[in-house]
Amino acid sequence: MLRIYCPYCESVRDEDEFHCVGEAHIKRPERPDELSDQAWGEYLHFRTNPRGEHREIWQHAVGCRQHFNVLRDTESYEIKSVYRINEEPPNVTDPDT
Amino acid sequence: MTQRYSFLQLIRQALKRHEGWTPAWHSVEPKDTYDIVVVGGGGHGLATAYYLAKNHGIRNVAVIEKGWIGGGNTGRNTTIVRSNYLRDEAAHLYEYALKLWEGLSVELNFNVMFSQRGVLNLGHSLQDMRDIERRVNANRLNGIDSEVLNPSDIQEIVPLLDCSPQNRYPVLGASWQPRGGIARHDAVAWGFARAADRLGVDIVEHARVVEIPLTRGTGAVEGVVIEHEDERKFIRARKVACVTAGNSGVVAALAGLKLPIESRPLQAFVSEPLKPCLDTVVMSNAVHGYLSQSDKGDLVIGAGTDGYNGYGQRGSFEIIEETARALCELFPAFSRVRMNRQWGGIVDICPDACPIIGPMPVPGLYFNCGWGTGGFKATPGSGFVFAHTVAEDIPHPLAEPFRIERFHSGALIDEHGAAGVAH
Repeated sequence: MLRIYCPYCESVRDEDEFHCVGEAHIKRPERPDELSDQAWGEYLHFRTNPRGEHREIWQHAVGCRQHFNVLRDTESYEIKSVYRINEEPPNVTDPDT
Repeated sequence: MTQRYSFLQLIRQALKRHEGWTPAWHSVEPKDTYDIVVVGGGGHGLATAYYLAKNHGIRNVAVIEKGWIGGGNTGRNTTIVRSNYLRDEAAHLYEYALKLWEGLSVELNFNVMFSQRGVLNLGHSLQDMRDIERRVNANRLNGIDSEVLNPSDIQEIVPLLDCSPQNRYPVLGASWQPRGGIARHDAVAWGFARAADRLGVDIVEHARVVEIPLTRGTGAVEGVVIEHEDERKFIRARKVACVTAGNSGVVAALAGLKLPIESRPLQAFVSEPLKPCLDTVVMSNAVHGYLSQSDKGDLVIGAGTDGYNGYGQRGSFEIIEETARALCELFPAFSRVRMNRQWGGIVDICPDACPIIGPMPVPGLYFNCGWGTGGFKATPGSGFVFAHTVAEDIPHPLAEPFRIERFHSGALIDEHGAAGVAH
């Protein structure tokens, strides 16, 4: 059972109050009309799926219903950082990965 | 020479106090060059190697396994085999696998204990029943044995199941596939390993692929670099076929690729052994649990996947609670059964819950992955079509719709929900 800090409620809650939306920092294409099938496919379906540090969006689904970002290790499950949607990812050397 | 298993052999060995059995496959040092290197020694990887040797005459093949044979998802699933999928593409592939299962013990000369005890998929709401009727009709059009049962039929097949109408999620009916069933998971891995070994395939255990070097210029694969007994070794190969399930994203990244896959733990548990009380497989989407009883007597219970990516082979605690709840809802008689063990396997989930089989954008590199929560049932079929795809360089007709290009063209095969949770 993960214990997750909600930056809006400012408290640590059990995992079952939250919903993991998926990988974070995937930017919606700016000009969808001009996008190739290749690029659409990449945007919609392809994910980094790393073994190790993973940045993901979580929602406090049965709490305040706000979305926020979590930096979590997918191997140890340690939550290294929690930051709001509009905040810069902390300690990130390569924001594209 | 590996021994042939037979009743006569058993008697012969019994007279020698069973001291004359030889290992089922050889322990080998990897050679420097192979025609094809198969990465991943699970059921699917071993089946691929076996059919490469048997159907295509390619015997200069190595299977590279990072752990031991049968230690990954092949030994971590709930062993259910069925083929009642909704979509034609998926139904054909799984039905082909089911037909191979039916002759597998003879084919491999290894008892995989395939038991066609039937699979029930329960419906608990009117919408469930509409979906079940649609799926059963689709199955029958595809030549797959499938029927809709009403609660009294179900009660007759599974007397312990609580079919009373006042339940929170009453059982309104089910789909029934009599040819479905269960198999012995370890035996499948061992049987394919032994059969492949007999045909000359090298099985290298405890060797992790750490690099997939590409040729400068053409960008084709050169082979793999493995870490084996604390040493790094380059193995040259014309083709590299990756069958690495939950680790597919990690292996693809070695060749600079990204896949439409997310890896999550799927967990299961087994109870203490009980007297025979359940002689079929019961699966339920709505309450989310599925179970069968093994020949040893323990209940094998399948749970759901975690709600987030993870590589820890254990699974989240809240899923255990959810599954225990489902079990008690369906079988009140099991409410005091004690659980012996719990574990998780890392499953590679595609957006459409269907596998990816075929060549990758890197020449010489092939992937067979994305089987998600339902790969075990496909083991022989998956190996069969993937071996064809790798050996002939053209997708097997059954594997053609499962190419990775479908995520760009949009021709997804949407089995999420259609196939049920329940894998």
